[in-house]
Amino acid sequence: MNAGIIVFPGTNCDRDAEFALKMCGFNTEYVWHDFTNISKYNLIFIPGGFSYGDYLRAGVLARFSPVMKEIEKYILNNKGYVIGVCNGFQILTEAGILRGALTKNKSLKFICKDVELKIMNKNTIFTKHIKKNNLIIPIAHGEGNYYIENYEELKNKNLIAFEYIENPNGSIGNIAGIYNEKFNVLGMMPHPERNSVNLLGNGDGREILLSIRRSIENEYIL
Amino acid sequence: MKKYIFEALITLKNGILDPQGIATQKVLKRLNYPVNNIKFGKLIEFEIVTDNIENAKKIAEDITFNTLINPVLENFELKILKEIEL
Repeated sequence: MNAGIIVFPGTNCDRDAEFALKMCGFNTEYVWHDFTNISKYNLIFIPGGFSYGDYLRAGVLARFSPVMKEIEKYILNNKGYVIGVCNGFQILTEAGILRGALTKNKSLKFICKDVELKIMNKNTIFTKHIKKNNLIIPIAHGEGNYYIENYEELKNKNLIAFEYIENPNGSIGNIAGIYNEKFNVLGMMPHPERNSVNLLGNGDGREILLSIRRSIENEYIL
Repeated sequence: MKKYIFEALITLKNGILDPQGIATQKVLKRLNYPVNNIKFGKLIEFEIVTDNIENAKKIAEDITFNTLINPVLENFELKILKEIEL
């Protein structure tokens, strides 16, 4: 079970991601952003941080790194699964892999706290092995206000992954995370890797990573 | 070859939250100015070196639309400021 953690200049949650993925039984490797051979990984983790200093707009400059072209092919050819957290989510929307965009928090503040999320779709590899209905996961972002013009379509296609119980940033429809249409990519603002063991909270973030691992393992058995 | 200097004016679409505008407006209101609807944008200047103005415009539009703006959130206006013979 191999996970590649993409590292851009400015990424700062790569070590948390490594710790969390290891705790959940993945073999992990850091993948520098100009590396292009990612086909051996079952999971690609795009961690949070401030890629390229968030200059121009959060996530946009990272989108042009060589590894992003490979990630697009990886998704298109169903090589594995991709999860983008926080800045990783921003990069995925900027790259057009996920729909919509993330803009500044309505409160005008950087928010760092635990939030409660409702799981909206339990039929994806990211959530189908989670027993709980709600998860407590920390957020830490200044630009997590999700916006999309055709929200109804997103909802009707079941592409909403998580909704905030109490909206912290003004996101349309309380959206905290979404999927792509093939359900092999998840983007979310909350940081599951920061609540991956009980010592760091209640360990709810681990639920998502374990669900991914169990789903991939079951695919191999079939 | 010629050098063309472009200016891209990037503004937020209607309905997109503009925290800088809101914060600035609040302060100006507190100072009792009769001011409303403050909107912030970005001004990005760049130079294109190519042989004719049509090419330059096309390249500048490509750069602006594909990289400088996010079409979900932002609009843009492109202006040529100067044309310089090299």
